[in-house]
Amino acid sequence: MAELTKKGIGGFLARQGILVAFVIFMVGFALANQRFLAMDNIFGVIRSSAILGVMALGVTFVVIGGNLDLSVGSMMSFSTIVVLDLHDKIGPTLAIPAMFGLTLLLGAFIGFLVGYLKLNSLIVTLGMLSAIHGLTLTWSGGKNMDIADKQGTWFSIFGQGDIVGIPMPIIIFGLLALVLGLILSKTPFGRKIYAVGGNGQAATFSGIPRARVVFFTYLVSAFCVATAGLLQASRSLGSQNTVGQGYELEVLAMVILGGASLLGGSGTILKTLIGVLIFGFIENGLLLVGLEFYVQDIVVWAVIILAVWLDIAAKRGRLWSPIA
Amino acid sequence: MAPEKRKDLLKQGGIWGFIVLELAFFSIAGEYWAVTDKAFMDFENMLLLLKQSAPIGIIALGMTIVMINGNIDLSVGATFALAAIVLLDSMTWPFMQNLGDWAIPLAWCFALLTGVILGAINGLIVWKTGVDAFIVTLGSMLGFRGLVFMYNGEQPTSHLNWTLVDFAEAQFLGLHTATWFLFGAAVILWLLMTKTLHGRNAYAIGNNREAAVNAGIRVGPHFLWNFMLIGFLAALSAVVFYSESGSVNPNDGMLFELWAITAVVLGGTKLTGGYGSIVSTMGGVIAIQLLRKGLGHIGADTSTVNLVIGLILIAVLFMDRQLNRKGKEELKV
Repeated sequence: MAELTKKGIGGFLARQGILVAFVIFMVGFALANQRFLAMDNIFGVIRSSAILGVMALGVTFVVIGGNLDLSVGSMMSFSTIVVLDLHDKIGPTLAIPAMFGLTLLLGAFIGFLVGYLKLNSLIVTLGMLSAIHGLTLTWSGGKNMDIADKQGTWFSIFGQGDIVGIPMPIIIFGLLALVLGLILSKTPFGRKIYAVGGNGQAATFSGIPRARVVFFTYLVSAFCVATAGLLQASRSLGSQNTVGQGYELEVLAMVILGGASLLGGSGTILKTLIGVLIFGFIENGLLLVGLEFYVQDIVVWAVIILAVWLDIAAKRGRLWSPIA
Repeated sequence: MAPEKRKDLLKQGGIWGFIVLELAFFSIAGEYWAVTDKAFMDFENMLLLLKQSAPIGIIALGMTIVMINGNIDLSVGATFALAAIVLLDSMTWPFMQNLGDWAIPLAWCFALLTGVILGAINGLIVWKTGVDAFIVTLGSMLGFRGLVFMYNGEQPTSHLNWTLVDFAEAQFLGLHTATWFLFGAAVILWLLMTKTLHGRNAYAIGNNREAAVNAGIRVGPHFLWNFMLIGFLAALSAVVFYSESGSVNPNDGMLFELWAITAVVLGGTKLTGGYGSIVSTMGGVIAIQLLRKGLGHIGADTSTVNLVIGLILIAVLFMDRQLNRKGKEELKV
């Protein structure tokens, strides 16, 4: 009984710390401002988190597989620009699949380099960040991209429409999370990703095709990025070339906040969802109590480091690091 | 030992060979496609190139040391911006204005101190919590940027001091002030990494942390020093750059971390730590700037520059791996 008390609570806090922090934040903001838990506010938060959230789902796959993806931001700019440009040239019905195809091609290229050629994912995706930005600028000629007839197109339904009162971005985000969550937790492919990320060598020895699994995680990531680009394009119907700039690190922060380890082999879609929502609700809550948007960055900074620190501390059984 | 030496030479020399190749290519290509009728290898042009590579270059030097030590710093861009704001804003403080031109060195000290403090925050967190440097500095990249916005909202911070501008635009023995700072920092850091105990320990820790601990090296303080050093260098880079331009936007310095890492990796430093050199990083910095300038010279726009740099980075990584694998195979036989 004695053991259960202090150690048990400490262990629980450390393991589920991020969930506890989330609940504390929510209760605090709800007490501070009546509007915080109003339905339209909650919808608003999830809706504005949807684009980054969708990208975070894909990056979760890559991170569980033991790799990084720093190219998602510039890839998202690419798909946004491409779909907007093609919208006026070949019509939305063809533009959307064409954009998905091109983005998946980029994902496949990265997957080939990291999976089959076994190159370091950090540097490959860093290089691709720059290269894809170049591609985007070449495609658009450096100009902003706008749809000519903004009123007369059905293309806006993905970003602006709703079904029975629920905004479309939330539905797409939710559906994608559900499907990817099921793939990750219920299918052999999902289990293989964990195996490869947890211990690549052991996975290879037990007959799991490491290269192919890594390749597919990048395809999933590219698919998510294309979806995010579609949401972004459809919401604003016009875009700059740099719309996704800097998103790569923010998305990664969300995934880590959810508790995925950069070493691979751990993390879930549900945890990433919590990470995404914490980001969104902290921003919204701080705005509602009258603080500027950049206070959010400082709070997120503290939350990320505390979350990862507690997680590590629980695993090693002591708070301070053993580094001399 | 002999093949090992040859491999090292190939790796360290590779970047300089690449620079020579670039020079040759752009000189010849420039004859046909140049947008101006000035030669690419023009002396003035090369001096300008060195000056322009100073801001990223100074940061990349610090990144080299942190990466040799087995860590990484993603917050340098935000540190750069905050140091720049402190530099420009501090000169408008009432007591500073009474000091006349003596305010300049004081403002520099404030800015550099800001960088050192931010670096120390990173270093202490990495040391004391044991959280991976990638995550710690990813967090502080957001946090420091938040501090930048807190300082002056979304407004740019501006202060033009003509004495300072004259100093920044001055040329001594032909080289610009910024170039002197870049070279000075490179020489000092090269001495630090090759001639001192701290440098040797940094390599040892990056190479095999556990072995270093067993050999009695105190890992934590070395981490702390190196993070303070890169913070200082990010601030120095800001000092050099904003002394001349006199106005800083809160978004300035974004993605600098990625450019710096690109230069360091091109120079051959290992992400896993324990391998790399200041001299090669200088090569990486110059190679990138040469590429930017050269492509501009033959009329390519920024889009091509981005594309080419990205692909070259991947190609270098690929060649590096081939080179390493060959070494291992030889070892087996």
